[in-house]
Amino acid sequence: MLTVESLKKSYDDTSGRASGRRSDAGTRVFAVGGVDFEVHDGELFTLLGPSGCGKTTTLRSVAGLERPTEGRVTLGGRVLFDSKHGVNMRANQRGLGMVFQSYAIWPHMSVFKNVSFPLEVMPRAKRPGRKEIEDRVGQVLEVTELGAYAARAATKLSGGQQQRLALARALVTRPELMLLDEPLSNLDAKLRETMRFELKRLQRELNLTAIYVTHDQSEALVMSNRIAVMNQGRIEQIGKPREIYTKPATRFVAEFIGTSNFIEAKVVSVSGGEVQVDAAQGRLVAHGVETAPAVGDTVLISIRPECVDLSRERRGDVPNEWSGTVLTRAFMGDVVDHIVGVGDLEVRNRSNPNLSIPPGTEVHFSVAPDKVTLVPVD
Amino acid sequence: MTLAPTSTTARDDDPEARPGRTPQPAEDRRAHRLLRLLRRPLSLQGLLVGGAVVVVGYLAIVPLGYLIHDTFLSADGSGLSFNAFARAYGGNSQSGEMMLNSLWFALGSAALALVLGTALAYVQVRTDTPFKGLFFAASLVPLIVPGILYATSWIFLGDPSSGLLNSLVFKPLFGSSPINIYSVWGMIWVQGLHLAPVAFLLMVAAFRAMDPSLEESAAMSGANRLTVLRRVTVPLLRPAMISAALLMFVQSLESFEVPGLLGLQNGIYVFTSRIYFVLRAYPIDYGAAGAYAIGLLVIAAVGVLVSSWLQRSSRNFQTVTGKAFRPRPVELGRARPFVGAGVILYFLLTVVLPVAVLVYASLLKYYAAPTRKTLSQMSLANYRAVFDMPLAFTALKNSLIVGVGAATAVMLLTAIVSWVVLRTRAPGRRLLDLLAFTPIVIPGLVLGLALSFVYLRMSLPIYGTLLILLVSYCTRYLPYGMRYSSSAMAQMSPELEESAAVSGASWFQTFRRVLLPLMSGGILAGWVYILVVSFRELSSTILLYSPGKEVLSVLIWEQFENGQFTTLAALGVCMVVLLVVLVSIAYRLGARFGLQSDSAN
Repeated sequence: MLTVESLKKSYDDTSGRASGRRSDAGTRVFAVGGVDFEVHDGELFTLLGPSGCGKTTTLRSVAGLERPTEGRVTLGGRVLFDSKHGVNMRANQRGLGMVFQSYAIWPHMSVFKNVSFPLEVMPRAKRPGRKEIEDRVGQVLEVTELGAYAARAATKLSGGQQQRLALARALVTRPELMLLDEPLSNLDAKLRETMRFELKRLQRELNLTAIYVTHDQSEALVMSNRIAVMNQGRIEQIGKPREIYTKPATRFVAEFIGTSNFIEAKVVSVSGGEVQVDAAQGRLVAHGVETAPAVGDTVLISIRPECVDLSRERRGDVPNEWSGTVLTRAFMGDVVDHIVGVGDLEVRNRSNPNLSIPPGTEVHFSVAPDKVTLVPVD
Repeated sequence: MTLAPTSTTARDDDPEARPGRTPQPAEDRRAHRLLRLLRRPLSLQGLLVGGAVVVVGYLAIVPLGYLIHDTFLSADGSGLSFNAFARAYGGNSQSGEMMLNSLWFALGSAALALVLGTALAYVQVRTDTPFKGLFFAASLVPLIVPGILYATSWIFLGDPSSGLLNSLVFKPLFGSSPINIYSVWGMIWVQGLHLAPVAFLLMVAAFRAMDPSLEESAAMSGANRLTVLRRVTVPLLRPAMISAALLMFVQSLESFEVPGLLGLQNGIYVFTSRIYFVLRAYPIDYGAAGAYAIGLLVIAAVGVLVSSWLQRSSRNFQTVTGKAFRPRPVELGRARPFVGAGVILYFLLTVVLPVAVLVYASLLKYYAAPTRKTLSQMSLANYRAVFDMPLAFTALKNSLIVGVGAATAVMLLTAIVSWVVLRTRAPGRRLLDLLAFTPIVIPGLVLGLALSFVYLRMSLPIYGTLLILLVSYCTRYLPYGMRYSSSAMAQMSPELEESAAVSGASWFQTFRRVLLPLMSGGILAGWVYILVVSFRELSSTILLYSPGKEVLSVLIWEQFENGQFTTLAALGVCMVVLLVVLVSIAYRLGARFGLQSDSAN
């Protein structure tokens, strides 16, 4: 539905406004350096990345709040932006809904007025009548559970309520596409958890198409249909949450999402999706490798800590079994981590807290071959 | 020509800030603290703090007390009387006209300054206009060109017969001389232009402090630019605009320079020029002058009340979050060259033209429009005359003495007062803050009059010395000093003092060795600022100086009264140069200590 093609945004370095990476003074700085993606109907698409990765700039370019340097943005059949043909529709004509990080609730208006504003400023021909405005605002306030507060001053709401008000205001025009700029980052941890599910439920029930920007990986994994992981103004990987987590395409993705053990290794054999590699500490087999490397390539192996099966006894009949010594143990309540030293390599294991092995103990661990991920060396 | 000092704790949204409120639950503890403070009156801390409180109270209250006392009590001391008011306001039809003129002049100038300043601030902060640097250059005008010189420049430009705009522009082009600077409109024009930079700086701060996503979300809701401006931007800026408007209003009301130079020529009186006129007549009717002064105070007070009443409705929201935002500038597109031309025009009209005409006039023997003849007669004779004038050096010396004295005294005093207000829980500290803030609404001429009441009757041998000027300046610039001191104090973590106390330092040692050095940046910036504004103080000085004790601004005024415009211009150019030096030092310091926008005010 929404297509973004080779979107670029650069700033003059002298202005010092770029949130992207800086280079030498006087040069142009790219906040977004060529981004392509598509958002499908009814999907919640997340732009995930650390601060300064260009995710917000990308979102604001879609919104029309930022003029990209290059690229093309289309929504349905409408061209919102096209640098080649000089098209740049104004933000207020794009007909999108947006929730800001700061909520941007107008403090001089009541709850009702905040929500009715987008309807009131519609072009006269399309503007609904007073009665319909009241009905629609009422509906949206019901959906966001703010019905009881309609007459209240917007500033008298709690953080969570303000957040829902911002959402209600973005929803009231029933926009084709919703833009959400870190909408939960100003809430406290408990409320954030609740709102995640609430937001997801609303999105599913109202069949909303949305772009969601966040730097919180667990939020992205919980809520998204698909995720684009961004770094330094580029998209590193686009995929479903599970794919992103289990099959990170780059070292950055593997590092940014969850924690990973990285082991450098050389490819010794490739047959179909099965790849054997040699690391300094031993041999590993990986199954289900999608883009197979060539024999002799150096690759990076990424293994999630929870995929490391730790035991005191050597089992012998499982693939990828290595031995080492427990260096430290960290109890975190719901899980326990053991750091196992294999030569000078440290492998992190995450297990059920029932397991507890004191440091200094010799242990054995294995990794299922389909949990071994090959990441290109960058 | 001010920064807008806001009272440090007595903010409008703070219900506790109102003095005389019903006792708080903590009242007992406070009383206890007061007792403790009183029980050791001889400690250095007690002495310093107590001394500061007494001085501030004395500066802020005593002159007004005398003013009211002397105005309402009949000369023979027989009791309450309104004779002075009858003499001032009754019997002549002029007084009604004078009041109307005052209001008209103050409201008009405030409106012009506010509209111009707000528009400029919007263009500067929110659009991609060219020449952004020029805005701030223009905003320096009121600092480096005192009102008396600015008005003189506009006389050179807008005099009906010899003014350059009439003789060089309108006469040849349209065959008439439509501009008459000696009118209420002319006064509004000059005063409004002179104040516009102050409004500009205040509004720039307001625009910068406003979360741009409030406007962006309106755009995302489908509102066009005009609707966003009308329904979101302006309502949110209302509190800032109201307080700026109040400041402009009070400043115009108390302005003496512009009505004195432009209005008196055509017999257009406002309160300030009326007071001056009454005091120049013989026999001097102090009671009538006092009655005018009280009228002026009442109008200023009404202004304060009206603005706080207007603020009341918008108090429930706060746009200033303390964060500085960098909004995406509005692209002007095709309008950009026109806006750019407008900026250049504004700069030429308000900065280049007045300064240039002052320099031009300073090179002439008699002021006249430039012709081949006048241009060939240009010389530095006026400057030679100025340097040969023995009074000029006395005046410069006096200005320096009083300025340095006032700046030092005010900054020391406010350092202590801001410590009491911000760091202690001493009872009455809010009242103290309010007292230190009060002089901002006392017109200079009223203060001058009140002080002459005080020291004509008191036996202290201050009247007729430089000391009385010092007292006046200290009072007038107390609010400004407070603003610098308290912002320097507020930036400092209380833990720094606490750790000094834990290390065994006494209060005085802590104050001298920890607080003062840490505050020194802000204090220095404030010091230079007060020095700069002292140089141009005229409205209280003019009632308090005595022959032989002139300061620079009075000397300029005397040249004006004697009709020596070209000497005045030369003297003015010297003064501008001096102020440019001082202001650039202030800016350096301000930039170094992060008080740039303050020192620019």
